[in-house]
Amino acid sequence: MAIELKKVSFSYPNGFEAVHEVDLRIEEGEKVAIVGQNGAGKTTTVKLMNGLNLPSSGDVLVDGINTKDKTCAFMSKYVGYVFQNPDDQIFNSSVRKELEYMPKYTKMDTKEMNRRVERAVELTGIQKYIDSNPFDIPYPIRKFVTIASIIVSDPKYFIFDEPTAGQDLHGMKQLGYLIDELQKEGKAIITITHDMEFAVNNFTRVVAMAHKQVIKDGTREDTFWDLDVIRESRIKQPVIAELAHDLGVDGNVLFCDELVAKL
Amino acid sequence: MARIELKDVTYRYPYTKSPALKHITYTFEPGKFYGIIGENGGGKTTLCNLLRGLIPHFYQGSLKGDVIIDGTDVRKWDTDELSAQIGYVFQNPFTQISGIKETVFEEVGMGLENLGYSEEEVIKRVCDVCELLKITDLVEKDPNALSGGQKQRVAFASIISMDTEMLVIDEPTSQLDPEGTEDVFQIIKTLKEEHKTIVLVEHKIDLIAEFCDEIIVLKDGEIVFSGPTHEILSNRALLEANATIPQAAIFGHAMADAGKPLADIPITIEEAERLVRERKG
Repeated sequence: MAIELKKVSFSYPNGFEAVHEVDLRIEEGEKVAIVGQNGAGKTTTVKLMNGLNLPSSGDVLVDGINTKDKTCAFMSKYVGYVFQNPDDQIFNSSVRKELEYMPKYTKMDTKEMNRRVERAVELTGIQKYIDSNPFDIPYPIRKFVTIASIIVSDPKYFIFDEPTAGQDLHGMKQLGYLIDELQKEGKAIITITHDMEFAVNNFTRVVAMAHKQVIKDGTREDTFWDLDVIRESRIKQPVIAELAHDLGVDGNVLFCDELVAKL
Repeated sequence: MARIELKDVTYRYPYTKSPALKHITYTFEPGKFYGIIGENGGGKTTLCNLLRGLIPHFYQGSLKGDVIIDGTDVRKWDTDELSAQIGYVFQNPFTQISGIKETVFEEVGMGLENLGYSEEEVIKRVCDVCELLKITDLVEKDPNALSGGQKQRVAFASIISMDTEMLVIDEPTSQLDPEGTEDVFQIIKTLKEEHKTIVLVEHKIDLIAEFCDEIIVLKDGEIVFSGPTHEILSNRALLEANATIPQAAIFGHAMADAGKPLADIPITIEEAERLVRERKG
C-alpha cells in the first residue's frame, strides 16, 4: 500500500505549470520530509496526493485508487492535508466544535468521536485551548488545531504543509512527538518544511524539489550531503553538517554527537 | 540620548486577567540591533506593540510605568508622527497587507502617499525597495493573491520604503525558505549599517546569533536574560526558559561534556570552525 505519483504534471487553469513529470512513491507508515525553495512545486505536489489537485497528465494512485476517479472528499479519508495557512482551514467558533465537525457530519458514534478528539488534543497539546475561539489563539497554536482536526478524521497518510512556521522550542518538540506517535500507529507522515534542523531531526528520508521536479530522493545523509542538490534546490545543510563540511570532516556527519566523536 | 527607555513597565490587555508584560526596564540605544527571543506567549509581540506606541494608542488596557521615546513620553506622542519615526513589520503578513490596494506597487507606496510625498519620490522609492526585496516581478499583481512568502516580502517592502530611523520587525521570515530568509537578514544588515535602530523578533536563532548586538529573552512577560549576544546565547540556562540556543553553542557544550573543551562557547558556524582549528593547533 502506498501513495504513488507516476509521471505527474500539473498546470493551473491560467496555464502555469507548477509540477513537471514527478515520480514519487511513499509507502504506508513512512516518514518523509519534502524540502526546496518557495515556488519549487512542493505544495502543488502534496495537494495532488489527496485530489485537491488533479494531474494534468500522469496518474496519482493512493492504495491503488486513482485520484481522478474519486472526489477529494473521498480521498481525504485516506490522505489528510493540513493547510499551510491555518486560517484557510478553520471555520468553527470553538476548538472543540472544529474538532467535532467532521465526526458529527459523518454521524460518528459519540464514544468514538470523544476518543478521537481526546487523542488528537493530547497529541497536539492544545488542552488549554479546547473551549477557545480558534481565532483568539496565537497563530502557532492555531496550526496545532488544524493538525488535531485532521488527526480526528484518522487518515492513513498525513500531509503537513510548513508546520514549523512560527513555532518555538516547545512547539517543535510537540511536532516531533506527534509525528512519532502517529508513525507508531502505522500512519505515514509527509511534511513540507523550510527548517532543515527540523527535517534532519525528525525524518530519515528527505526529498528535495527544485524547478517543478524532484531532484533528489534519498536518506537524510544522501540528500543533505549532496552539495549539488543543496545548491540547486537552494536549501542549506543543517548547521552541524555545514560545520563538518567546513572543517573537512568526512563521513556525512549530520548530528552533534557524531561530530564531537570525530574531533 | 536613548531611543526608547522602558521604566518598570507593566501592561495588561483589555479584558484579560494577567499582565502580558511585567516590570520591564530596558534601554534601547540608537543604532543598535536587538534580538528578542523566547517562547510563544512570552510577550514578544506585546513588547513590539509597546515600542511602536500601538500600546497605548491603539490597544487600550492598563499601562503602568514609563515608556520614553526620544525623550518624550509615549502618551504625548502624536500617532502619525510616531509612524514616521518607527516602522513596524507585523508578524502576520496576512494582517499587514491593507487589502484596499489593487497592486503590489500601490501597496508598497501607500505609506509614503499618506505622508504626502511627491508622486515622483513615491515612484522612485517604491521601485528601489521592490528591487531590494526582489519583488519587481510582482508589482502589477494583486497583493491579496500572493503566496505567504510573497506577502511577507511585500509587507516588509512597504515598511522599508518609509525609511524610518527605527524598525520593529516581528518574525519577518516565518513563511520564507532559507534563501528568502537569508535575503531578509542581508537587508536588515544593510539597515544596521545605515545606523538604524532595529528590534527583531525571530525564532531562527542561528541567524540571530550572526547578526544581533544584544539579546532580550522574554518568558511569561518578564525579561529573564538580557545582554550582549555572545554572552546570552552561549548560556545553556536559556534552554530552561524554553528558548532555543544556536546549534554551534550546543556543539560547544557537547565538546566540553566530552572532555574536549573549546577555548570558548561558539554561537556561529564561523566561530565554531575557528575554535576547533585553534584547539587542534
